[in-house]
Amino acid sequence: MSELRLRAVVADRGVDLEFSVAAGEVVAILGPNGAGKSTTLHVIAGLLRPDDGLVHVGNKVLSDTATGIFVPAHARRVGLLLQDPLLFPHLSVAANVAFAPRSRGRGRRVARQAAAHWLKQVDAAELADRRPRQLSGGQAQRVAIARALAAEPDVMLLDEPLAGLDVAAAAAIRKLLRGVLAGNGRSALMVTHDLLDVLTLADRVLVLESGHIVESGPAATVVAVPRSHFAARLAGVNVVSGTLDDGGVVRADRGARWYGRPAGDTPPQRGQPTIAVFAPAAVAVYRDPPHGSPRNTVAVTVAEIDTRASGIRIRADQQPDGAPGLAADITTDAAAELQLAPGEQVYFSVKAQEITLHPA
Amino acid sequence: MFAAASLKSSFTEIGERFKTDNPGTSVAFSFAGSSDLVTELTNGATADVFASADTKNMDKATQAGLLAGEPVNFASNTLVIAVAAGDPKKIGSFADLNRPGLSVVVCAPQVPCGAATQRVEDATGIRLNPVSEESSVTDVLNKITSGQADAGLVYVTDARGAGDKVTTVPFPEAAGAVNTYPIAVLKRSANSEVAHKFVDLVTGEAGQKILAQAGFAKP
Amino acid sequence: MSQPAGLPRWIYLPAAVGVLFVALPLVAIAAKVQWPQFFSLITSESSRTALLLSLRTAAASTTLCLLLGVPMALVLARSEGWLVRLVRPFVLLPLVLPPVVGGIALLYTFGRLGLIGQYLDAAGIRIAFSTTAVVLAQTFVSLPFLVIALEGAARSAGDRYEMVATTLGARPTTVWWRVSLPLLAPGLVSGAVLAFARALGEFGATLTFAGSRQGVTRTLPLEIYLERESDADAAVALSLLLVAVGAVVVLAVGVGRLRDE
Repeated sequence: MSELRLRAVVADRGVDLEFSVAAGEVVAILGPNGAGKSTTLHVIAGLLRPDDGLVHVGNKVLSDTATGIFVPAHARRVGLLLQDPLLFPHLSVAANVAFAPRSRGRGRRVARQAAAHWLKQVDAAELADRRPRQLSGGQAQRVAIARALAAEPDVMLLDEPLAGLDVAAAAAIRKLLRGVLAGNGRSALMVTHDLLDVLTLADRVLVLESGHIVESGPAATVVAVPRSHFAARLAGVNVVSGTLDDGGVVRADRGARWYGRPAGDTPPQRGQPTIAVFAPAAVAVYRDPPHGSPRNTVAVTVAEIDTRASGIRIRADQQPDGAPGLAADITTDAAAELQLAPGEQVYFSVKAQEITLHPA
Repeated sequence: MFAAASLKSSFTEIGERFKTDNPGTSVAFSFAGSSDLVTELTNGATADVFASADTKNMDKATQAGLLAGEPVNFASNTLVIAVAAGDPKKIGSFADLNRPGLSVVVCAPQVPCGAATQRVEDATGIRLNPVSEESSVTDVLNKITSGQADAGLVYVTDARGAGDKVTTVPFPEAAGAVNTYPIAVLKRSANSEVAHKFVDLVTGEAGQKILAQAGFAKP
Repeated sequence: MSQPAGLPRWIYLPAAVGVLFVALPLVAIAAKVQWPQFFSLITSESSRTALLLSLRTAAASTTLCLLLGVPMALVLARSEGWLVRLVRPFVLLPLVLPPVVGGIALLYTFGRLGLIGQYLDAAGIRIAFSTTAVVLAQTFVSLPFLVIALEGAARSAGDRYEMVATTLGARPTTVWWRVSLPLLAPGLVSGAVLAFARALGEFGATLTFAGSRQGVTRTLPLEIYLERESDADAAVALSLLLVAVGAVVVLAVGVGRLRDE
């Protein structure tokens, strides 16, 4: 059983955080570039010494600045999988996978058997005698996973492993990771920018911004009701922050008022910071101020117009408090009729029924 | 003016004298190993006068048809043992050079001073066991002055030129291996008259005095 | 004849001039050789001794260059510290020094009265005028070649493979033998060839530091220098021999590289 506990302060990267990952759990780390995600992984792997902090895996202390303990990286049993598979070019696929057992002193035959076993696990047994340069991106990443698992790590760290792959290869690897990532009581930490990774692989999500954790929670919750700007952007969910007022109204910055239904399980309290959450599909777009039943209407400036599988997404300028701009999904026909362009002012309107209010 | 390296200081002085005696003339010297100079001349280099450190190289020049007339012998040089200043290893004779534990440096037989060394070895029957055979006398002298070698065989003129950095130990057998220095005007010379004047100065009283001061003997 | 993409046609002219400039003098040597006597000239006792000595000492100094140069190159490539940056120019100094100056410097270090030499001499270890001195002189001038060739290769390879190997559980020494060195192999080979070629042709430092004695310190270049004084034909023949040996070495490695690709 290997629970991971981490506290790390790295002054010159501006990182200061603390969290734990339960045994068998997969935690996704999200955040903008430079937030400190890779730094966190490097501290856990032992490739970077924090100024202050500790790393515990199970009941083993890997590093503790208070007592001066620092287990070197090669003794940590922490596996690392990067965007670049980094297979050793001078070794065959089988020799690559056998590298970890051989480095630990296992005999040649035992290592070969282990390599064959793990290659089978990742469905790459037929690649055993090939050289890394003969493999496609997806095949190479598959072998890299087998190689990392052959080291029998207690913790698996992944840094955007699917980012360099095409959609089909990424889907295949994602399926593979689902099967092997958290077997054997191993804990896993994955840095990703892909919502699909979060949805299919992660149990929990940590959102990092500027070296600090700004959101943490079960994957489904964070994606449905994101409380951090980055998560909101990634999940494609509209979030407006404010304070809960009388009559179930969220008073946002500059006095805008948002009517919605309080969330059933955890209703927000009056006077407390509250967020109004709604899907882009619930937003209607008007050129002129609409008259009708929707009570939530706001004037926005169009920032981006993207095509989606289901139609067009109109994204407005960033919200006054720095939150991502509101998004509206409309049909292609409707967009053609409106003839919108970035920089124009339109009105977003949402039915109160479509908005849920949660504590911030 | 192509001249053997061992003639450097004396010929430079003679050159100065020549300029004073013949105002308006200029003398340019090229000092190098005699064999190098012959090679340059046979490959087309132009010069007015050639002074060699031995007759062998002058013969080569004659055979190559480079000379305007007959060469004239103007000086001779004898070998001498050079040791560190003060002679700490107490070397007194040619035979002493074979003492075990001594580092002796000589010229290689292919160069004039080495040929002379070999003649002494042949005459005395004593075969030296040098740690190095250099291609130029200067290198031999340097190894002694820098303390790398205990003793070496150089020309009298070189030893004198090194001043008190070395102590010289003359030995009688050197008389059997004297190098005669000839000088000749070259066919390719553009100023044959001036060239002849220079040769006259070298063989004349003034030139001979300068050569004698440097340690050269009469031819 | 198809042209490589992107090269303007006039480029071939200076390129051809350059090739001719290097090739013609070598052709001239071959033309000057007295072919009937060639074989006897290069198989004379002094020639054979000089050639064998050159090959032996060049091999020894290349080995020494590898033993010292590989660690040097990697430290220089991977370290960021100011101390390393300070040391780097010194390592490359022998490249710009005339070899004779290198020889003088070695003399003042290892010679009988030298900085270190005086203590070695007291202990009964004599370096000057020995074959060891030849190897030292050759190593001194060849080391920068190896270090530069290797440092470039090490820098571009980066340290990411080493990082991965570490996370897979390999101790630093294991990483060195199983990852760092194998990845450097191409750079190692070309660096070693450069060093060997430079050592083979080394003259100025050897002459000044080691002296010249048949079988002990008179390498092929020194033998040529000496023969020049009396037997021009022998000098030319030996020069051609040295060119041929160098060409064989360079070609052998070149063919090996082509085969790898």
